[in-house]
Amino acid sequence: MQFGVVVFPGSNCDHDAWYALGTVLGQNARFLWHQSEDLEGCDAVILPGGFSYGDYLRTGAIARFSPVMGAIERFARRGGVVLGICNGFQILCEAGLLPGVLMRNGGLRFICRQVNVRVENVETPFTAAIELGQVLRMPIAHAEGNYYCDAEMLVELERNAQIVFRYATPEGRITAEANPNGSLSNIAGICNRGRNVLGLMPHPERAAESVLGSADGAVLLRSMIASLARAGAVTA
Amino acid sequence: MLETEVRATIELAAEHGLSAEEYARVLKILGREPNLTELGVFSVMWSEHCSYKSSRAHLRRLPTRAPQVVQGPGENAGVVDIGDGLVATFKLESHNHPSYVEPFQGAATGVGGILRDIFTMGARPIAVLDSLRFGPIAAEPGTDAATAARNRRLVDGVVRGIAFYGNCFGVPTVGGEVGFEACYSGNPLVNVLALGIAKKEDLFFARASGEGNPVLYVGAKTGRDGIHGASLLASAEFNEASEEKRPNVQVGDPFLEKLLLEACLEAMQTGAIVAIQDMGAAGLTSSSCEMASRGGVGIEMNLDLVPQRETGMSAYDMLLSESQERMLLVAARGREQEVLAVFAKWGLDAVEIGRVTGDGVLRVRHRGAVVAEIPAQALADEAPVYQRPIAAPAPARASEARVNVPLAAAGADLTPNFLRVLASPAIASKRWIFEQYDYMVRTNTLEGPGAGDAAVLRVKPTRRGLALAVDGNGRWARLDPRIGARAAVAEAARNVACSGARPWAATNCLNFGNPEKPEVMWQFSEAIDGIAEACLELEIPITGGNVSFYNDTLGKSIDPTPVLGVLGVLEDAAHALGMAFRAEGDAVLLLDGLGENAATADGDADCFASSEYAKTIHGIAGGLPPAVDLAAEKRLIRLLEAAARERAIASAHDVSDGGLAIALAECCTASEDFSVEARIDAAEPAEHACFGERGARAVVSCDAGRVARLRALASQYGVRAEEIGRVGRGAFRLTRGDTSVVNAAMGSVRKAWGGALKQLMETESSGA
Repeated sequence: MQFGVVVFPGSNCDHDAWYALGTVLGQNARFLWHQSEDLEGCDAVILPGGFSYGDYLRTGAIARFSPVMGAIERFARRGGVVLGICNGFQILCEAGLLPGVLMRNGGLRFICRQVNVRVENVETPFTAAIELGQVLRMPIAHAEGNYYCDAEMLVELERNAQIVFRYATPEGRITAEANPNGSLSNIAGICNRGRNVLGLMPHPERAAESVLGSADGAVLLRSMIASLARAGAVTA
Repeated sequence: MLETEVRATIELAAEHGLSAEEYARVLKILGREPNLTELGVFSVMWSEHCSYKSSRAHLRRLPTRAPQVVQGPGENAGVVDIGDGLVATFKLESHNHPSYVEPFQGAATGVGGILRDIFTMGARPIAVLDSLRFGPIAAEPGTDAATAARNRRLVDGVVRGIAFYGNCFGVPTVGGEVGFEACYSGNPLVNVLALGIAKKEDLFFARASGEGNPVLYVGAKTGRDGIHGASLLASAEFNEASEEKRPNVQVGDPFLEKLLLEACLEAMQTGAIVAIQDMGAAGLTSSSCEMASRGGVGIEMNLDLVPQRETGMSAYDMLLSESQERMLLVAARGREQEVLAVFAKWGLDAVEIGRVTGDGVLRVRHRGAVVAEIPAQALADEAPVYQRPIAAPAPARASEARVNVPLAAAGADLTPNFLRVLASPAIASKRWIFEQYDYMVRTNTLEGPGAGDAAVLRVKPTRRGLALAVDGNGRWARLDPRIGARAAVAEAARNVACSGARPWAATNCLNFGNPEKPEVMWQFSEAIDGIAEACLELEIPITGGNVSFYNDTLGKSIDPTPVLGVLGVLEDAAHALGMAFRAEGDAVLLLDGLGENAATADGDADCFASSEYAKTIHGIAGGLPPAVDLAAEKRLIRLLEAAARERAIASAHDVSDGGLAIALAECCTASEDFSVEARIDAAEPAEHACFGERGARAVVSCDAGRVARLRALASQYGVRAEEIGRVGRGAFRLTRGDTSVVNAAMGSVRKAWGGALKQLMETESSGA
């Protein structure tokens, strides 16, 4: 199995994602340069965190026009597994692969801290190996992580069970205090209707080893790996 | 009239910041009068900021040699061997004056500048730390509400600027320190330390060579920003007209710098780059003449070819511009295409603008004419070296030097004062600041801000760890510059040791007032001697650093503020220690490098007057700093390294600002929910025992069953290890004999310490 990590000009967490999948979890991981439309037969594509194009104009606004995004769009339509982390989530929303937008944090400042998220949907490749309601501890590091969509869209997200992660207390309660950035309905991550595209603000690649403070991120990544192995994945 | 035709005069030279003697020297070097462009070039290269003319005579006294030093002072950053074929390159730099004038961009470009110094060596930056000093952020005697509000705006701007640059560039900001003192109200200090890692064989130096080799300009386009940033902004005092210096502040684009980083590292792999230097202070001028001078060659450049983002720029503008995110490199003739292709891939301008020559001259052409022709070596290396007059201040009479801090009656409850000290901005949690920095990017951070006394990073793919701490001292250095400087080195080294690492090398940033004042030069000279003594005793070589003079406003200087950055090495990163208590029932011990002869917590009454307690509770900042016993510090450092290696302790935290009571509180607040009950020394007044700041001490914890083993280990190193308490979950209690001296619910402790900075920075109106 091959995992592709896209590199845009300004991506910073590409190496971290590559290291988590390749070194920590022993998978075949490679970098995909944004100019290329060739996804090189990858079974899953990761859009990593960082500041693609310096967040010029709006975060993710320019990256979504990179040549690689056309290929990713087609891959996703065929059911290919796509994981967008932080800036990756922002890019997926700008590209229309996920609904809604990520706005400036409610406190208007960048926040770097460990947070807890509750798993709200285990019927995605990313969460199939996790218990419903389980709490994962992963870090956030963003200034634009405040998820928003209009009321109609929120109803749809809930009806289709597209909300995958919500900010929660360590005990799993969804409270305002546990919400670091003012996200609508404490939303930390969502998927598309087909459940093959996931976007989340927390960084699982930064929580793949206990020596870094938490290994809960590895739970998510391993679930993705296992689902791909089991299902005979769509390749790019 | 073209500036080449403008005749230079002594008056014009003075406007550029050159003295009559310096101008005479220029005439001698050129054998003729300089034109305006050449005058501008000399004025920046010979400014204090670029030439170190007031400090070089003293910097020579710093110890810079050791087996692990690969490159000492003289290049863009110092380099040390860290084993496994790897080297670490690191340096501390200041961006003080621009940060007062324009805090956001001043701090941002300070980060950008030091990052370039690291990757120009061929190393990828893996961490940043910052040492910041501001005036008081709440009104107090001596600081009115308006000044406090302005200081808050400076704090806000500087922190956002550092976050803006570091986060976007993708380097974690993993630690630092923040101090607040009235003397910095008009002169904040922004010192930034960056660390990079490289394979030893991948190191690059800035030595031009090979006659005929092409000189390439890469990176951002050149504009008019920052002209005279070095000479007129960083090398002069502030006065009422300082606002006019805004155009002298550089403007940063971290995205461009990220592209520049990736392109440079990739281009360096081609083997086609001979030499490379970043364009920092005095941009194109300094990078070209320094590379040429180091290589004993000349460089010829055509400014018509420089990528420009403004029209109508003169040679003067282009040579003095401090536009950011640019590098100058020398490629191997015939292989320039390989280099240019890499920069094209990353979307950056890359243009051949000149070549290396054999005549040792910096020759600049513009619009068909030679506009500057200066011997490179004279320009780069023959700035005057001044032995500025030194005069110690008149020694205070004994009766004046003795400052008594009023003490409470024996047995009094010190809890309210304890909480007040915890909540003072100097001591309180800095979480409001460091949560704005991404301290985890690159997944190397084992211990980030607040977790321990030093930041700890892993070095993939080895087992090694690197520890970094940055510490400075203003108040103590004002009271006694030599002791204050010694203390800064000792504290930074002790902090590194508390994370379990061996102090390996150091960098410094020396922030002082106007060097033309004999008293300031005396402070500088004394501080150099203090640093030298400490580095020699603790066996830590200085590999490079920075001097920032002219930190004065309206004739008043800042406290002399030497800041030290110490790098430590952990052979096994798994041995790294944090400050948080780890288990209920663990024994808490006080380690004292003075050994069985350990004196009292502060030496004597005179030293207590220089403590945080004295300042916060009584508004006193006088007396003398506690003596720094370097042999004792060394014993403690060696013991901590050994204890970490043998896993004999669960946590370690040094005793410094605020004393033992604060250190114990910090070990609790860093943990999830632990507290401590501890005994303090009854042989001295309670305040001294709780809040005295004598060094060479650390608070450690270990499993109760291993105390004997730890005490035996300590004894081997000549360090006293006294069991003073237990880790618990109840109230925070300090007792003296039978009396309770401090008794606070952990909730109150957390609230006082945790909420203070956020409350000050967010609830009071910061927009004024």
